[in-house]
Amino acid sequence: MIGFLLRRLGLLIPTFIGVSLVAFFFIRMLPGDPVLLLAGERGLSPERYAELMSAFGFDQPLWKQYGLYIWDLLHGDFGTSISTKKPVFTEFFTLFPATLELSICAVIFATALGIPAGVIAAVKRGSGFDHTLMSTALIGYSMPIFWWALLLIIVFSSGLGWTPVSGRISLMFFFPKVTGFMLIDSLLSSQKGAFLSALSHLILPTIVLGTIPLAVIARQTRSAMLEVLGEDYIRTARAKGLSPVRVVAIHALRNALIPVITTIGLQVGTLMAGAILTETIFSWPGIGKWMVDSIFRRDYPSVQGGLVMIALIVMIVNLVVDALYGLVNPKIRHQR
Amino acid sequence: MTAVSAPTRPSQLKEFWRYFSENRGAVAGLVLFVALVLMAVAAPIVAPFDPDQQFRDNLLAPPMTHGAAGLFVLGTDALGRDILSRLIFGARFSLFIGVVVVSISLIGGIVIGLVAGFFRGIVDIVIMRVMDVILAFPSLLLALTLVAVLGPGLVNAMIAIAIVAQPHYVRLTRAAVMAERGRDYVTSARVAGAGALWLMFVTILPNCMAPLIVQAALSFSGAILDAAALGFLGMGAQPPTPEWGTMLAEAREFITRAWWVVTFPGLAILITVLAINLMGDGLRDALDPKLKRS
Repeated sequence: MIGFLLRRLGLLIPTFIGVSLVAFFFIRMLPGDPVLLLAGERGLSPERYAELMSAFGFDQPLWKQYGLYIWDLLHGDFGTSISTKKPVFTEFFTLFPATLELSICAVIFATALGIPAGVIAAVKRGSGFDHTLMSTALIGYSMPIFWWALLLIIVFSSGLGWTPVSGRISLMFFFPKVTGFMLIDSLLSSQKGAFLSALSHLILPTIVLGTIPLAVIARQTRSAMLEVLGEDYIRTARAKGLSPVRVVAIHALRNALIPVITTIGLQVGTLMAGAILTETIFSWPGIGKWMVDSIFRRDYPSVQGGLVMIALIVMIVNLVVDALYGLVNPKIRHQR
Repeated sequence: MTAVSAPTRPSQLKEFWRYFSENRGAVAGLVLFVALVLMAVAAPIVAPFDPDQQFRDNLLAPPMTHGAAGLFVLGTDALGRDILSRLIFGARFSLFIGVVVVSISLIGGIVIGLVAGFFRGIVDIVIMRVMDVILAFPSLLLALTLVAVLGPGLVNAMIAIAIVAQPHYVRLTRAAVMAERGRDYVTSARVAGAGALWLMFVTILPNCMAPLIVQAALSFSGAILDAAALGFLGMGAQPPTPEWGTMLAEAREFITRAWWVVTFPGLAILITVLAINLMGDGLRDALDPKLKRS
């Protein structure tokens, strides 16, 4: 197991170097001069321009800039945002809880609905429920989520007036940040209505971000369950006279869940891509919206740092999922 | 099952069709898809109006409005352009995007994957590490950054999406090649004097096609979704192109006043993607017995 983990960790290093190279060089190739962009309409004197260029290190040769960049990265310095003048690292982790909160809620939403739905569909294979569910799952899987978000806003926000359109909480409420998770912080603040406000802001983005994972999880659960239900040990359990509920819930589901959990773990990339669209539409102040804004503002250091950190998070989560999978399934460990 | 009189093996195509047509959803998807293709090809004939013509008297007209120029079945947008006509012409873009992205990533992925799986060693290691790097980024984020570098526009969006989709083909091809290259028929071809290129493309490749075709169907719909998302974010096709994602981006500010400008372009994307995914499921069942629907 340790050897397996070390091998996987070893694979991360070249990937990480590649990621940093990609982030570094692509950003240098972006059109537009960041210093001139920073100056805006007023323009700059040539002296001030040169001063800024050297302050940001843009006057050095590229390879030197990259060397410095890696050196700083290894020391936890991801550069300074050009537009806010704050360290990218700080900026990222100020906004990250918002994305994390949304993603966790989306995963909970997708899992809580997807697994039971998949199990029932498998048990009642070929029934009307099964057909309806699988068709719905395919529609969910094919959904352009940015449109889905707009539809939900039309119906629930502007039509019925049930949910707010944007942000994380109503502007009426103000309380200090403790965890960065709005749901928890609003409870801690013990202000009346704060928690409900935070919750109502969270509902639509959660549904939007959770839709594709929900469809994937329901489909995956169904096919994993069907496979397991045909196994001999299930027949044995049934023959022993165990109740059908027990057979399904304990004997079958437990084994069917292994590939499903892997699938959930591997949805991180999908979630991050979805977060870009979801956060942009709902003005959710998280990493996805920040990345899009940074790209449009040509904020080189922010895009660069964001790319590297997001890739790092995806890589680490995938590693953890792999390790967990290796833990429960020894066959995987010994493969190359 | 009734007794079969002639025990001849049905042709591959016939056998494929038998499995494919068993899946009603797949057939429905195929019919829809063919209809979409025909509509896109015949767009100038089918569309009631020119997609860029602005009817100044009918701005944001709701569906089924009788204007001076005729009937606006799906209404008009903020500039008075007929939405139905724009959607019909938009089908051209979406299908074109799908075809181009799949062709680029499929061909590139096959060549790179064949090389990696066939030669192994350092070539393989380098290629697979590069693919790992691409896969480490969420696809839409990488495509977005690439488009920002290359400049917004439909062509650059297609290139970016193709680059992001490529690693899946490389991995599939490489895995299939590694499974096949030790087989007897490959050895016998090698002994018979076949060169590396012949072995790769003529001997091995045809036996690795099934998972690649399934993946092609999946990434066809993925490409349409990603291109629409990029258009929606303002980084794909630029207005006034009637690309569906771009149309949605233009419609966003009218969301509270005119539901139809937002609803129909998204519905068009959903139906197209759904038709392709239905077909993809059927293809998988028919081509890949290992992945057979359980």
